[in-house]
This record gives sequence, C-alpha cells and structure tokens, in this order.
Amino acid sequence: MGLILDGVLQAFRLLLAGDPEVWRITLLSLQISATATLLALAVGIPGGTLLALTRFPGRGLVVSLVNTGMGLPPVVVGLFVTILLWRNGLLGALELLYTPSAMVLAQLVIAAPIVTGLTLAAVQQIPERFRLQLLALGASRVQMTWVLIKEARLPLLAALMAGFGGVISEVGASMMVGGNIKGATRVLTTATVLETGKGNFDVAIALSVILLAITFLVNWALTWIQQRRRA
Amino acid sequence: MGRIRLPRRPIILVLLPAMCALGAPPTPLRAESRVVILSTTTSTQDSGLLEVLVPTFEKQSGLTVKTISVGTGQALALAARGEADVTLAHAPALEKKYVEDGKMRNRRFVMYNDFVIIGPEDDPAKIKGMAKAVDALKRVAASGSRFVSRGDKSGTHVLEQGLWTQAGIEPGAPWYIESGQGMGATLGIANDRRAYTITDRGTYLAFGKRIALPVLVEKDRSLLNIYSVMEVNPANGPRVNAAGGKAFADFMLTPEVQAVIRTFGMDKYGQALFVPIAGKKDEDF
Repeated sequence: MGLILDGVLQAFRLLLAGDPEVWRITLLSLQISATATLLALAVGIPGGTLLALTRFPGRGLVVSLVNTGMGLPPVVVGLFVTILLWRNGLLGALELLYTPSAMVLAQLVIAAPIVTGLTLAAVQQIPERFRLQLLALGASRVQMTWVLIKEARLPLLAALMAGFGGVISEVGASMMVGGNIKGATRVLTTATVLETGKGNFDVAIALSVILLAITFLVNWALTWIQQRRRA
Repeated sequence: MGRIRLPRRPIILVLLPAMCALGAPPTPLRAESRVVILSTTTSTQDSGLLEVLVPTFEKQSGLTVKTISVGTGQALALAARGEADVTLAHAPALEKKYVEDGKMRNRRFVMYNDFVIIGPEDDPAKIKGMAKAVDALKRVAASGSRFVSRGDKSGTHVLEQGLWTQAGIEPGAPWYIESGQGMGATLGIANDRRAYTITDRGTYLAFGKRIALPVLVEKDRSLLNIYSVMEVNPANGPRVNAAGGKAFADFMLTPEVQAVIRTFGMDKYGQALFVPIAGKKDEDF
C-alpha cells in the first residue's frame, strides 16, 4: 500500500516540478487520442445516423459488424495496422510507422465503431412519429437529420466519452504502431508498461495516476456539458 | 421528448475548435535516409544504455534513430523483413543463423554482461555455488522445483533453451512455468512463486531489493550474454537505410562509445552493467 501512496505523491512531484518528459508524454497522449476521437466523430456520427435512418439489404449485417467493432481488441488493430504500414506493407510508402500519425490511425480504427454504434443507437431510439412530424411540418431531409442529431445529443456525448475512453486507455495498438520511442511516440500507457518492466513501480503508478486524472477531467468536462441543462 | 432548441449550437461544434487547438500531432516529413530504425532487445532499453548513446549518435550524424525494443526473436525477424536498418541483439546462435541466411551482415561484438541463476533462499534443488549452469538446471529438473522461463524467444530465453538442450532435458509442466513476458515481469513471477529463473544481471540489479531471490549460480562461461550489432541486408526490403544502419553499427564500436559502456551503471548500481568487447571474435570466448 505504501507503494501506491508513494506513486501518487510521485505523480504530483513530477507534474508540479514540471518534469519535461512527463509533460511531453501527457500532452502527446492527449493530442493523439483527442485527434483520433475527433476523426472518429467525423466518421461515426454521419455513419451512425445514416445507418439509423436508412433501410437497405444487408443492413442487419452492417449493424452487426459495427457492433462487433465496438469491441475490437486494440492489440489486433495494432497488429494489422502495423503490417499495413510496414515498409513492405500496402501503405509502406507513406513511412508512417512509429509516428504519432500511425497511432492516430490505429486509435481511429478502435474509436470509429464505438462512435458509430452508439450514434446508431441514439438516433434510432428517437420515435418514428417525431421524424414524420418534422417532415410533415415541412422540414427538408437535411433539416430533419440535423434536428434528430441535436435531439440525440446526450447519448452522442456518451458516444464521445466512450470513444475517447477507449483510445486514451489502450496500450496494445499504441505500443505496436508507435514503438514507444522516447520523445516521439511514448504515451502514458506505453510509458507505464515500460516503467513497470524496468521495475520503477513508483513512476509507473505516478503515470497511471496522471492518466486517470486526465480521463477524469475530460469526462468531467463532457459530463458537465451533457448535464448542465438538466437540473 | 424535450422542446427543440433551434438557436443552440451543437456541442460538437464547440468542441471541434477546442480539440483542434490541441493540434494534430507533429509528423515531420523527412527524407527517408535521415531515419535509422534500430531493432533491439528490451534489456538494452530497460538498462537505460541506449538513452545515453542514441542522442550522441543523432547529434554526431544528423540522423534520427527510431529504437524499437522488442524480444531478440522479433528484433531479428523485423530486420529480416527489411523493417529495420540495424539490429543490436544478444542471441549468438540465432544471430549466426540470420547471418548465414544472408539476412544480416557484418555481425560484430559490442559488449557483454552475464546471466545469473537465481532462486529461493532455501534452495530446494541445492544448486548454490555450482560451477556449471547446465548441471544446476539438471538438479532443478530432477528435484521438480519450480522454474520460470521467459518463453518469448528473447535472447534470455534462447540462451536458457540452449542450456536445457545441453542438459538433455525437455522442460515442461508442472514445475516449468512460461511467463511469455519481459525480464521484469518474469522476475516478479519468479519472486512471487519462490521459483528459480535465469536473468541478466543488469535487470536483476535494477530490481534490487524487490526481488528476494539470491544469486545461486554465476560466472559460468555458458552464462555470458554477448551483444552484437548487425547491419540489415538491403535486399531484405525496398526501403532499408543501409548507410544509416552501418553508421550506427560503426558508432557502437568507436572507442568513445566503448568507453561510455565501460562505466555505464557504475553510479547507480556500484558496478558497471556491461563489458565492452569491440574487436573480439567468437573464438575469443
């Protein structure tokens, strides 16, 4: 137990002392995961809305695939993205492997199905009658979709939180496609694995505490936005 | 169903700029020849040696080194596919095979440290002080005492497998435990299970008091842990940076770097972690 307390104290020391390495790792984690989540929203909200509002043959299969994708193991994503980005791989010419961009790509693959699936559920739970009413009132399709998305904003924020939570916390994909390179692709989760491997348990705990604190702050902010007009 | 608030801006639009402000991660565009990918083993990274040497090399050469620390098996496999430019590994038998296959070139010794066999204080297999690692392992097997293996094709694992082969023993359950993890995690498991294991001295020293298993067998020639640097054959893949790989390999053998290696770890552990051996050959050991 003393070890955990030491780690928590160490976390404060590292942050307050402005340890440049720890700050860089923390900021990089945020940058990569925020960018990936943002891109996942750009893909997932339109995709999920489209899936919710349209009917086409094979839709059931697509929805099942999206729902399965919500549970994609990061390490599997990491493996396939790595192979794709290898110098010999399909996208090898881009020279992206072991860069933050590669990590964004892998995290996007993890987060996009989560956002898509939750958007689909959120938009679909709005009663059909409401939609018909909007159309009857003379709304165009675009206007109707816009209103539906706004109507579903609370569950959509939940989708945002789930997507971000999924990627900021994953280690398997980041380790493989990023390579955990100091000063370049080392993020909080991979640094935690490294420090644990080195036996620096206090530093590992400190990094974990920072990761938890960030996740909490981001979710707290989003929850505040989500809940502020409910009181 | 609440009222529809038309003038409200969707939250996403508010968040967009906020997230953009964090900025896309920097992805410097670079000419390919400026980047050298070094595939190496976790032990060199965990010891902290590369964190000292790599920045010096980058400053001198103007190249950027991407150090990928994985098990020796994976480090060589990546290099053989042309996914790395230079490899620093510690599994002589495996390395020679890659050199013979033409995948790796110009294998040169850099340094060595040594492995030790550690185990529970009460030493149920009675191996303490034995001169030969192979004999010690025979006793561990005969007594059915628990032994934790890395089981991950790392240099440490390859060496351990070599010792079992020499002993003529096929280790297996229930006394033989494969962790499938790095040295640190494996030490933790061995400590927890009061088991024997083989570890490199550097990692063992780094864990210090957290591991309650004393060194029982050491200083046997078969426990030498020799690190070699190898260049990747450019024929392995389309984008191998052969010149950059060679530059790093040459750098590791310069007198300056060898001098750094000679004293590395002295301040932290009271003894150097590695012995530099540039210029030595297999026959010297």
